[in-house]
Amino acid sequence: MINFIPELEARGNPSTTMNFLVPVIAVILTVITGSIIFALMGFDPMFALHTFFISPISNSYGISELLVKATPLALIAVGLAFCFKNNLYNIGAEGQLTMGAVVGGGIGILFYDTSGIWILPLMIIGGAIGGALWGLIPAILKVKFNTNEILTSLMLVYIALLILDYLVVGPWKDPQGYSFPKTRQFGDSGRMPLLFSGLRVHFGIIIALIGVFASWFIFSKTMLGYQLKVTGYSPIASRYAGFNQNNLVYIAFIFSGAFAGIAGLGEVSGPIGLLYRDISPNYGFTAIIVAFLGRLHPIGIIFASLVIALTYLGAEDAQLFMQIPAAVGFVFQGLVLFYLLGTELLVNFKIVFRKNI
Amino acid sequence: MNIDVLLGVIQIILIATTPLVFAAIGELVTEKTGVLNLGVEGMMLVGAVTAFVTLVITGSYVLAFIVSILSGALMSGLFAYLVLILMSNQVATGLALTIFGIGLSSMIGKQYIGTPIQGLNPYFFVILSFIIVFLVGYFFYKTKLGLIFRAVGESHNSSHALGYSVIKVRLMGILFGGCMCALAGSYMSICYAPMWQENMTAGRGWIALALVVFATWKPGRILIGAYIFGGVSIIQMNLQAWGVNLPGQFFNMAPYLATMIVLIIISSNRLRIKLSAPASLTIPFFKGR
Amino acid sequence: MIRIIILITSILGLSIGSANADPKKIGFIYIGPPGDHGWTYMHDQGRQYMESQLGDAVTSTYIENVPENADAVRAIRKLAASGHDLIFTTSFNYMDQTLEVAKEFPDVKFEHATGYMRADNVSTYGARFYEGRTISGHIAGHMTKTNTIGYIASFPIPEVVRGINAFYLAASKVNPDIKIKIIWAFTWYDPGKEADAANTLINQGADILVQHTDTFAPCQAAEKAGVLAFGQASNQEDFCPNAHLTAIEDIWGPYYAARAKAVVDGTWSSTDTWDGMDKGMVVMSPYNGKLMPTDLIQEAVAMEIALKDGSMHSFEGPIYNQAGELMIAEGEVADDGMLAGMNWYVQGIDGELPQ
Repeated sequence: MINFIPELEARGNPSTTMNFLVPVIAVILTVITGSIIFALMGFDPMFALHTFFISPISNSYGISELLVKATPLALIAVGLAFCFKNNLYNIGAEGQLTMGAVVGGGIGILFYDTSGIWILPLMIIGGAIGGALWGLIPAILKVKFNTNEILTSLMLVYIALLILDYLVVGPWKDPQGYSFPKTRQFGDSGRMPLLFSGLRVHFGIIIALIGVFASWFIFSKTMLGYQLKVTGYSPIASRYAGFNQNNLVYIAFIFSGAFAGIAGLGEVSGPIGLLYRDISPNYGFTAIIVAFLGRLHPIGIIFASLVIALTYLGAEDAQLFMQIPAAVGFVFQGLVLFYLLGTELLVNFKIVFRKNI
Repeated sequence: MNIDVLLGVIQIILIATTPLVFAAIGELVTEKTGVLNLGVEGMMLVGAVTAFVTLVITGSYVLAFIVSILSGALMSGLFAYLVLILMSNQVATGLALTIFGIGLSSMIGKQYIGTPIQGLNPYFFVILSFIIVFLVGYFFYKTKLGLIFRAVGESHNSSHALGYSVIKVRLMGILFGGCMCALAGSYMSICYAPMWQENMTAGRGWIALALVVFATWKPGRILIGAYIFGGVSIIQMNLQAWGVNLPGQFFNMAPYLATMIVLIIISSNRLRIKLSAPASLTIPFFKGR
Repeated sequence: MIRIIILITSILGLSIGSANADPKKIGFIYIGPPGDHGWTYMHDQGRQYMESQLGDAVTSTYIENVPENADAVRAIRKLAASGHDLIFTTSFNYMDQTLEVAKEFPDVKFEHATGYMRADNVSTYGARFYEGRTISGHIAGHMTKTNTIGYIASFPIPEVVRGINAFYLAASKVNPDIKIKIIWAFTWYDPGKEADAANTLINQGADILVQHTDTFAPCQAAEKAGVLAFGQASNQEDFCPNAHLTAIEDIWGPYYAARAKAVVDGTWSSTDTWDGMDKGMVVMSPYNGKLMPTDLIQEAVAMEIALKDGSMHSFEGPIYNQAGELMIAEGEVADDGMLAGMNWYVQGIDGELPQ
């Protein structure tokens, strides 16, 4: 008889095998569940899975789109890892992304009729600063006032979205835009250059890879990374070691916010080139899934971002070829996270099978 | 401005804020036992769609609400299994629940978008929301079981040592939260705006989460907070219609700013914390430790 | 397995190109679901009409709920890359995205609804919804007892402002004491908010509701409160049988059929179409005989005919703006340029246009 309440025994050390296996198991279980759902809906499971997972990336444009979609996810997730590893729950990445787009995009609008090779880097820096400052708010509140960062960072998401809204409808509205809620286009210098002609993958992916590399470097090679990790495992040990925990909170949020801000700037200066109300389809929240799925490790995050990006693309193809709502992508994302979270305990605990007497 | 119009505004505010009250009081109970369930929005949407679809298929309002509440119990039950038994990270699990709920509700409701139904009178539910808030308050502060719930929320290890089943208490809290969120959703799709459209809760679940904090986890304050949160939006509309023009966005920011201010105030004072937030919020309970 | 092979070969086959004998593939990008019984519903009705008119000569596909951001490029491109010959993008905010994909696929034709930027392979089209507002305004002017109209607006874009102005001009001609109360919901689509706005306006004394948002929540609110309403984009009397006076219906079918036929015949070229009642793109729903007196219905029908044959125009001078400046002189009508960029209220409307 299957015992749904497993008997658990703590492992001495977290199992590294399980650390790798858990996301793989989660993805496999998700695919299986997905095919059951499709079958229940009356579709041939193989056809459905193919439409969902294979057909979106079956040509070079598809792969390029996968990268375009995965880029902001990976970048934000890698930034989030700074916080999550330190047990800081930054739920506000969506807001930091927005403010990054606002500051960086604002620079782009300011210089819309100038050209110069310095404009885009300035915008990127602006994006980083915008996101970092926005992320610093929950950090300061936590350090100074002991306020729960989950709720403060979440509230700031709404405030950031309203600020963007206000700017786009009001002072930054394109004067030649027939009063529509969008700003002017950034000048050509303010756009992310495309990497290959005809494909939409743009320079943002290089930035994302730099970010991933930087994060890996910081965590594995620097004292700062070491401090962050130790504080995450054991705040007490960290205190004994004399690490300045307050500074670590600030640093974690600054990195996290900056990465999210750059991702936000990439989203507006890459594909579209102006600011409008709806710049992100909840990337900030989806990146949390990516971060967890990737076990907070840079390489894992790269793979996780590709998997999650595929669920978005797959959902669109499913809509087109199978006439099911694009929301099926969310179902898959939820499922993969459920399975991941459910099996995660295998990293730290062993399941003991005892005979029931 | 005459009294009739004012009463009318109050009426509109009451009707508009009732979903917030249901969802927030449910989440409050969950959080009081020490569990943070960010899946409110997802559970509301699933509750909304299941109620609507049941109504369309069976024509029975009673059945619609029953099925809806059951769906809330199922969704929150899934959450409970993950965070209580498998000890998964509460924040991530709650988020997964929301994302899953958004997707699931869209899929279930797809062919029913735009179906006309006869809406129900919302006043019954407005009153019901008052009653539930009162009952929850009574439960927590006047009954022994309520005390146990609060104890589990404050210190699960001590409660366990005293012989109380932390898991059972939290399970009850989570299930209650799920049922309330589903009820909030079903109210929306059957009484408030009788229709089903994708994502029709439009973020109210997140507002409910803020509301619980704003109310410093005290049931009575949920009502006050809900009227402030919901009221801001309605008042802004009224001002517009009277010809007063404010940049709407800043007005709409007010509840979120207010929540943050409340958060700061209650957190900065160590004593206040003890009186407010359940101390073991989001910390998983493992018997072995 | 077979199905996968068929799918792959058909995708490959279609991207290689289709001979003239093959049916033309017509794609549609929708911003919402066809079930919204509003904007997207009517586009979908247009699509179905086109199919019924052209039969085997065309097949059609649609993608719904396409967000108005960078993701739209992918959706539009997907249609372009899978052998579609003509693609309709049915919302203003698909403008940049449509142009971007059009650049990449010069052989595919695009039609962008309510936009203003064209290319060799991109046309724009829109409907003169404001003509319908003139008729609603006339009706409202007669039918209101409280002299207060509630207007639920979405965004302060020219299309919406035109509608408000046209409505008010017609209503105030019949009833100089009439007042419009406007609430800007800043959404096209949020049933809860629309219901709140509707109830707020009713509470402030409005006995007729007009909307420029996409769900039927306001009309339901009107029904519940026992006031009157105009449906939006489609005939919404199923949702508010006792409140629904008439609705402004967007009839895209004939235009879609004509454009698809042009692609089939090889005669398609980039155009800008802004048709109104004259071409049947804007149609009024049947007037509710239970609510409206017969002579009012006859007046409305007469107005329709006048608008159709050009003897009447929704914006006939003299028209002043709120500051009292003469915008359209006596004996003249507003030209398309002024209409397209309209961002001012006519005199008599209280309140400021949100900037």
